[in-house]
Amino acid sequence: MKYESQGVAKLYFIAAIGLFVGQILFGAIMGLQYVMGDFLFPEIPFNVARMVHTNLLIVWLLFGFMGSAYFLIPEESERELYSPLLAKIMFWIFLVAGALTILGYLLVPYAQLADLTMNDLLPTMGREFLEQPTITKIGIVIVALAFLFNIGMTILTGRKTVITLVLLTGLVGLAVFFLFSFYNPDNIVLDKYFWWFVVHLWVEGVWELIMASLLAYVLIKVTGVDREVIEKWLYIIIAMALISGLIGTGHHFYWIGTPDYWQWLGSVFSALEPIPFFMMTLFAFNVVNKRRRDHPNKAAVLWALGTAVMAFLGAGVWGFLHTLAPVNYYTHGTQVTAAHGHMAFYGAYVMVVLTMISYAMPIMRGQKAANETAQKLEIHSFWLMTISMVFITLFLTVAGFVQTYLQRYSDEPQSFMVVQEQLATWYWLREAAGVVFLLGLFLYIYSFFAKGKEVEFVEE
Amino acid sequence: MRETFTKGMARNIYYGGGVFFFLVLIGLTVDTVKSLPKTDNSENMTEQVAAGKRLWEVNNCIGCHTLLGEGAYFAPELGNVYTRFGESTEAIKGFIKSRPVEGIPGRRSMPQFNLSDEELEELAQFLKYVDGVKTARDWPPNVQG
Ligand code: HEM
Ligand code: HEM
Ligand SMILES: [Fe+2]
Repeated sequence: MKYESQGVAKLYFIAAIGLFVGQILFGAIMGLQYVMGDFLFPEIPFNVARMVHTNLLIVWLLFGFMGSAYFLIPEESERELYSPLLAKIMFWIFLVAGALTILGYLLVPYAQLADLTMNDLLPTMGREFLEQPTITKIGIVIVALAFLFNIGMTILTGRKTVITLVLLTGLVGLAVFFLFSFYNPDNIVLDKYFWWFVVHLWVEGVWELIMASLLAYVLIKVTGVDREVIEKWLYIIIAMALISGLIGTGHHFYWIGTPDYWQWLGSVFSALEPIPFFMMTLFAFNVVNKRRRDHPNKAAVLWALGTAVMAFLGAGVWGFLHTLAPVNYYTHGTQVTAAHGHMAFYGAYVMVVLTMISYAMPIMRGQKAANETAQKLEIHSFWLMTISMVFITLFLTVAGFVQTYLQRYSDEPQSFMVVQEQLATWYWLREAAGVVFLLGLFLYIYSFFAKGKEVEFVEE
Repeated sequence: MRETFTKGMARNIYYGGGVFFFLVLIGLTVDTVKSLPKTDNSENMTEQVAAGKRLWEVNNCIGCHTLLGEGAYFAPELGNVYTRFGESTEAIKGFIKSRPVEGIPGRRSMPQFNLSDEELEELAQFLKYVDGVKTARDWPPNVQG
């Protein structure tokens, strides 16, 4: 570690991994509820498990992004973090607020949570992914502002690199677009339209900036390839992300009461959205092939390559699968959507955070790379989680197409619940793959504690 | 990448493209918002509907159902439930009211929300209002949602 203050990232990464475990446990609960409808009913109804699953995902990814920023920015800026103390305080505030919110979901009926947190004053709850009580949302904004202030001051008073500026832009964008979560009009069409300004403009907009810059940073570190080359790639990738993704928002405006022209605009521009993801794959392999050194952290290199490939598959290929309006007409809001949501989130954002953790954690623990045994286990866990996610996606995709056919395309459309019963086999298979994913995650955590022969490397 | 394509060019495409398409998105948003009254059924927006939307939210119905194809995929689409239930708000209210507290053994069950008659009416009016939104190609494809 070049700068002592980079060490605050460790807290953030540990919390991220802990919440990740919670996320997957609740995923497994829901997977079971899909086939055993009365499982944990009425103690943990499906909707509660779902909020916990998706909100934990978002919160731990945010912890991951913040930790990554705290690790990377001092080093890139060539100075200590503006205020490590502020970073620590914000960590605890965010963790406590997050934990209280999740406990709120689990311990009291949601309507009562809305009452307790005075949702009526500024109603923002009860929309997908934005279920947090308004007070929690305000807390998120405060934490985000303090965080941006902290890294902003570090960046602006230190060496400015393309990586830190792109990362900062992405993180500012993340905070700005989150503000749309406070806008909740009675008009359902308007509500839905601007809801996507948070959700779509996050994952297919500003988060791509964050992802690309984190990937670029790790690739510079593990390959030693010239910064100029990497920065050129970075610019062109994020250029394509914004050029396709901004108007690409239109792929959510086909069937919600918005004008017809969105079917054209959304289809054309979102069909271009795979391009930046494909370029990330080219970029990662290109740079690794041209590497000037063999970094001892093999696991981190694997995670970086894996991120690029899986993000392209999940977001690019599975996104394209249902993004054209004539296809989306049939698949909209089916298991096809769920299939894509899983692989895209995993491939892009889960994996990029795990890439950063893989690279940074050993350094924060005073090594250059984890020992050989630990790396071997980490690599096994990479394959376990990644392959099981591929299977989760495949099973859901089959379920989704069968659902689409039976419920929407065949001459005698069957009712939702009748169709669901016929999909049970695929849901059982998904659950089995989910259990393997969970095992992979446990192995991943265990790898941090494994002892073994230290890796050998030549000092630069 | 070839040397003729410089980092500066890449940077300009990023800034230029990003700003340009962001402005286009804003322009399209203004146009969309202006033309919404033609489709969004706002002529039938009442206080009851607004109250119903709040109930929809604070009971987290979206955590199991889709509404116009967005939400969770565990339970049926409700954007057209008014049509599916024979254009009867009574049928919708009856269904919500009659959910067993302990659920139905072995099956996916909807919770009992213990809503008052007034609240049931508001929710049903909200669902009726959403059903009245004019979606392109009359989505969903058929009455099953
Ligand atoms: C890493 C990037 C991405 C992530 C994390 C992501 C995630 C998601 C999620 C979670 C949903 C479901 C939203 C909901 O609950 O309603 C969704 C929907 C959708 N995504 Fe993505 N996505 C990504 C990139 C893409 C790309 C690049 C495309 C197109 C090429 C795409 C096309 C779509 C479409 C068309 C839908 C709507 C599905 C429907 O009609 O039900 N996504 N995405
Ligand atoms: C044990 C593994 C997992 C299982 C069994 C599982 C199960 C589920 C289920 C049943 C849903 C709800 C679908 C519905 O609304 O009906 C869901 C939603 C979701 N899960 Fe998972 N999940 C798992 C792992 C993951 C992972 C690793 C991620 C992140 C990378 C993830 C991200 C999401 C997202 C983004 C949604 C919302 C999807 C949407 O709205 O389209 N899940 N999950
Ligand atoms: Fe999108």
